[in-house]
Amino acid sequence: MTPEGGGGATPDELAVRPPRLAAHFASMGVQLDASRLGIWLFLASEVLFFGGLLCAYAVYRANHPDLFRYGHFFLDWRLGALNTAVLIGSSLSAAWSVRCAQLGRRGGLVVTLLVTLALASVFMAVKYAEYSHKLHHGVSWGAAYHPSTEILAALPAALRWAPPPPYVGTFFSLYFLLTGLHGIHVIVGMGLYGWLLRRAVRGDFGPGYYVPVDVVALYWHLVDIIWMFLFPLLYLV
Amino acid sequence: MPHPVRASVLVRTAATLLALTALTVAASRLDLGRFSVLLALAIAALKASIVALFFMHLRYEGRFRAVVLVVAVAFAALFAGVVVFDTTQYQPGIVKPRDTLP
Repeated sequence: MTPEGGGGATPDELAVRPPRLAAHFASMGVQLDASRLGIWLFLASEVLFFGGLLCAYAVYRANHPDLFRYGHFFLDWRLGALNTAVLIGSSLSAAWSVRCAQLGRRGGLVVTLLVTLALASVFMAVKYAEYSHKLHHGVSWGAAYHPSTEILAALPAALRWAPPPPYVGTFFSLYFLLTGLHGIHVIVGMGLYGWLLRRAVRGDFGPGYYVPVDVVALYWHLVDIIWMFLFPLLYLV
Repeated sequence: MPHPVRASVLVRTAATLLALTALTVAASRLDLGRFSVLLALAIAALKASIVALFFMHLRYEGRFRAVVLVVAVAFAALFAGVVVFDTTQYQPGIVKPRDTLP
């Protein structure tokens, strides 16, 4: 991206600077580049954040694999798969919203932002249903793990006859920690998309300026990626 | 300003991701013992790369920005890998806790 505008800015050049261009950037292209690098650095820190949590998962799994084989039967993989599909759909609409902003299609932009927000709400609704079902049956974290007879009866037959491994609460500590923190990230993303929606309806975005749409979409894709790891590690294996 | 990603690319990427999700579920049904986790992680890493390359348009940008993500993932993997190696190495020396919960 070659900067336009050169060294010093004459009054004429200042007058034609786009209103959204910050003073320390030479052009909109440079501003977009810098913003993208900035969000990637933040996403790198998020990768390390969840990497640390997954490290805790790895340590417990390496030392107590029976715990995870037992615990994952409490999780409904169909709801997990539904949530995965919902997030993939929301990633599609997020990427599409960036495309609409780049092409100046305001109607398309508003629709895709709405769809992303709606799918994120579906994800949180399914999450809420899962959590409330578990907590209602006493399946909680750590020492608070006291499963009800109904939920134990719902386990596969092969598991019911063998004695359960000790400290199953540890698996659920990891489950609630990982999915709960991911859920907080989804809620933050929903807030960001609500803000973007307000600005899009106001007509703030277009081919000349769409940095916030791009940046929030990148954050949202990372939230999707993290769930792609959480789903198989907790629900499937 | 960078060019917009084509709509057909976006839709095909989403379809590929959904297909890989179905593959993950199917693969988890196979009884591979310890390798189930590795296979699940491998498919998840493939899905993550597809999201990063196409949805996050890393494929169309310079190499430098991809380095940020690759380095972060590499360090996270190094972190988890060395810690797991460490903990499994010293398991025999750990005194087992008493089997009474408070």
